[in-house]
Amino acid sequence: MSTIAMTSLELARWQFGIVTLYHFIFVPLTIGLAFFTAWYQTRWYRTKDEKWLRATRFWGKLMLISFALGVATGIVQEFQFGMNWSAYSRFVGDIFGAPLAMEGLAAFFVESTFLGLWIFGWGRLSEKVHLACMWAVSLSTMLSAFFILAANSWMQHPVGYELNQATNKVELKSIWDVLTNSTALYAMTHTMLAAALTGGMVIAGISAWHLLRKNEVEVFSSSMKIALPSLAVAGLLTLVVGHFNGILMSEQQPMKMAAADAVFETEDGVGLSLFATGKFEGNPEETNRNIKLPNALSFIMTGKPDSEVKGVNNLNEEYRQRFGDPASPEYRGPEFKTMDYAPIVWVAYWSWRVMLGCGFLLALFGVIGWWFNRKGKLPDSRRFLKLAMPAASLPFIAAAAGWIFTEMGRQPWVVFGLLRTQDANSPTVSATEVWISLVGMTLLYGVLAVFAGKIFFKTAGKGPAEIEEGEEDKPYLGMAY
Amino acid sequence: MEDTTTLQFVWFVLISVLWIGYLVLEGFDFGIGMLMKLIGGSREEKRAILHTIGPVWDGNEVWLLVAGGATFAAFPEWYATLFSGFYIALLAILVALIVRNVGFEMWGKRDTDAWRTGWEWCIAIGSLLPALLWGVAWANIIGGVPIEPVTTHGVESIEYTGTFFDLLSVYTLLGGVASLAIFFAHGALFLEIRTEGDIREKARAVAAKATPVAALLAAVFMAWTLIRQDSLEILSLIAAVVAVGSFGFAAINAKSQPMRAFTGTAVGIALYFIAQFIDLFPNAMVSSIDSAFDMSLNMASSTNYTLTVMTVVAGLLVPVVLLYQGWTYWVFRHRLSAEGFGDVKSPMDLLDQKKEAGSGPESDQRA
Ligand code: HDD
Ligand code: HEM
Ligand code: HEM
Repeated sequence: MSTIAMTSLELARWQFGIVTLYHFIFVPLTIGLAFFTAWYQTRWYRTKDEKWLRATRFWGKLMLISFALGVATGIVQEFQFGMNWSAYSRFVGDIFGAPLAMEGLAAFFVESTFLGLWIFGWGRLSEKVHLACMWAVSLSTMLSAFFILAANSWMQHPVGYELNQATNKVELKSIWDVLTNSTALYAMTHTMLAAALTGGMVIAGISAWHLLRKNEVEVFSSSMKIALPSLAVAGLLTLVVGHFNGILMSEQQPMKMAAADAVFETEDGVGLSLFATGKFEGNPEETNRNIKLPNALSFIMTGKPDSEVKGVNNLNEEYRQRFGDPASPEYRGPEFKTMDYAPIVWVAYWSWRVMLGCGFLLALFGVIGWWFNRKGKLPDSRRFLKLAMPAASLPFIAAAAGWIFTEMGRQPWVVFGLLRTQDANSPTVSATEVWISLVGMTLLYGVLAVFAGKIFFKTAGKGPAEIEEGEEDKPYLGMAY
Repeated sequence: MEDTTTLQFVWFVLISVLWIGYLVLEGFDFGIGMLMKLIGGSREEKRAILHTIGPVWDGNEVWLLVAGGATFAAFPEWYATLFSGFYIALLAILVALIVRNVGFEMWGKRDTDAWRTGWEWCIAIGSLLPALLWGVAWANIIGGVPIEPVTTHGVESIEYTGTFFDLLSVYTLLGGVASLAIFFAHGALFLEIRTEGDIREKARAVAAKATPVAALLAAVFMAWTLIRQDSLEILSLIAAVVAVGSFGFAAINAKSQPMRAFTGTAVGIALYFIAQFIDLFPNAMVSSIDSAFDMSLNMASSTNYTLTVMTVVAGLLVPVVLLYQGWTYWVFRHRLSAEGFGDVKSPMDLLDQKKEAGSGPESDQRA
């Protein structure tokens, strides 16, 4: 299909993916840095040691840049369900709107108000109240994540609802079930660990840059002393939580797991595919090369090496029976079609592997860093420090891959088992209109990335002293405008 | 057509409150955004102007986000039809808000004229456009737009079937110009009460001219809105009259009593939109094609259960939000001036300088 002839549905999907992934560059960075900033400020409050104050001011400043971009891109998020996905909004509004509204009432108000108090409140508020403001910001970023993840998890695994056949809408039966959805609790834990990894890794990377230049060694090695053990803990926990998340997912969305490992036919004792090439379509012969760890997948999923793993083809057949045969006249086939009820297998396969790969590297990095740190060798281990800078990109790659996997792996459903993506978009918004918004948003976000990136790296490269130049004896943060 | 239930009524009121909170609060942010370019002379003056809303503008904007989220939760059909229907117009507003937000953050991050001028334009246009377009949007919602039942995806729903240009008429553009003038005057008065020295004098001069114009435009738009109604709603009439009266009160006091005048525009904005919400009730959207296609609140609404849950949440949280946002305005109540921003690096230096000069904020509670 030529690009010009893309339907408004396809364009809307591209747009949603682009703006949401862009928003999620800043989200884990903000959550992570806000948490560490609050931690450093607490150290300062307790010890009154100036290096902690400098760390607070420096990381706080970077957090603010990320926050600003997170807020700016979040505005679009709030409205795009109505703009591009109006059929979806009508169908799920009774359920999906509630966590979204709660997010605003319970989290965004706190976030924005207390951040303003924190930025401009240095010296105006007592130290204790001021520190409390930073913690309020940190906790409310996490709270906002919880509500939106509960909303997203409902799409992965709908609970606490009833389908009203007369109106063709879902109705909320228990808000408690929606907020304590097993999928949501896992997604929350996993995403918070991802945020800790992102914040910790960015702190480690930037600190390494300065340590290599022997720049403000005290501030940056102290920053590292908190960041590295956190990285190790969060990295290891991510492996554990991610594993159980995977088991849960293969119960709730077996198709996603089958696609993630390119298992086409149901088998016992399935191996874990490490690297495969080919077209990833339909039959096993078409994956030309497939290096497997024997029986490992079965073992990881169930604890038994010879247990059964369902294949894409078999699941597809099962779903046809459950949800209708594409041959029937009412059926409107999925757009990016590989198979009727399967996602694009190669996307699921590779996005899953990219996330896992980054996860293992991050855990390893954290553990090694912790060890260096304990031995007090950090400022001299140049090789480790040099590695830390490129490694700071890993959590961002992992998070993007994680979302691509979660969302595209769910296709052709937008709400699993209930609503197909192709039935979810706005019927009256034309392809031309979505072209305008898609191109407009992409250009705007591109330009923002250039400016924000420049300012971020410039600020990060300066170090605390230069930023505070001319205000040495005023222990306050020059962060605003 | 079934009647509006009590809970639906409660949510209609709550959503009106959220919108009004947004328009009253971000209204002066819009004004400040335009005035920064318009009357801010030196860099220090612009800095002082920006600082009058620095701590609060994000909190003000959240009122809009919550209004959007609450509409989704309580009236999903309204959320779906309105935002997909006003697609390009809403896109323009969102882009403007983004550019403006980023402008606030970026403006002071680099010390060259080109950098600052560029972002000042972003802030000014990013403030002007939403101030205008929100007025156009509300005039359309009240006045009616081409919506009708459409069957897609095998389901019937009320959809917007017009184009972007159907949103533009003399009436709706007047609504836009009126809201622009109102927010501009509101911002000038805010600046007047939040600053001292030269900026204050300039703000006073602007406010004295802008407030009567805003009052006049508001009066014309309100009158036209009432005339257009098939049957005159007495409550709506009262609200409109008091709104125009408040703007007039503001115009009289703009020069000598800025605090009173600002209260006047704040109350005026609230009532100006209350009048429009009363007109709209019991509909969420009005069809300009046939009144049989109007979308009533009842048709647009979520189930009783969802509304009950949300009522509990909002009842618990909204008062708390009002308390801490009010506290923020109290903490940052001191007046700002360009002198203080001579060579300050941070708001802190400003406070220190002012303290040394003996005119510092009296209640600096620093430990
Ligand atoms: C797991 C976390 C997470 C996820 C998946 C999302 N967001 Fe987000 N969002 C946040 C976590 C977050 C945050 C940490 O709370 C942000 C990021 C930076 C910030 O300033 O707040 C934020 C900001 C933010 C804002 C601006 C708030 C303000 O002005 O203070 C809005 C309106 C949204 N988001 C809405 C959304 C929607 C509708 C999403 C779904 C598509 C979404 N976000 C995905
Ligand atoms: C927590 C919030 C969410 C995040 C972080 C998120 C993230 C993503 C990502 C990363 C993609 C893949 C990019 C792509 O395929 O181009 C995507 C696709 C998509 N998402 Fe979500 N999503 C979220 C919630 C939602 C919601 C609430 C909807 C409701 C309509 C939705 C609908 C879609 C659709 C339709 C696509 C396109 C699928 C495709 O192109 O394969 N997502 N999302
Ligand atoms: C090797 C360790 C990891 C494992 C086993 C793992 C496992 C998983 C699983 C199973 C899902 C899908 C959940 C679903 O679709 O229902 C997921 C999603 C996701 N992952 Fe990972 N992951 C790992 C590492 C990481 C890392 C290091 C990051 C980022 C720093 C990350 C970020 C994400 C994100 C953002 C999502 C989407 C949100 C969600 O559904 O929770 N993951 N991960």
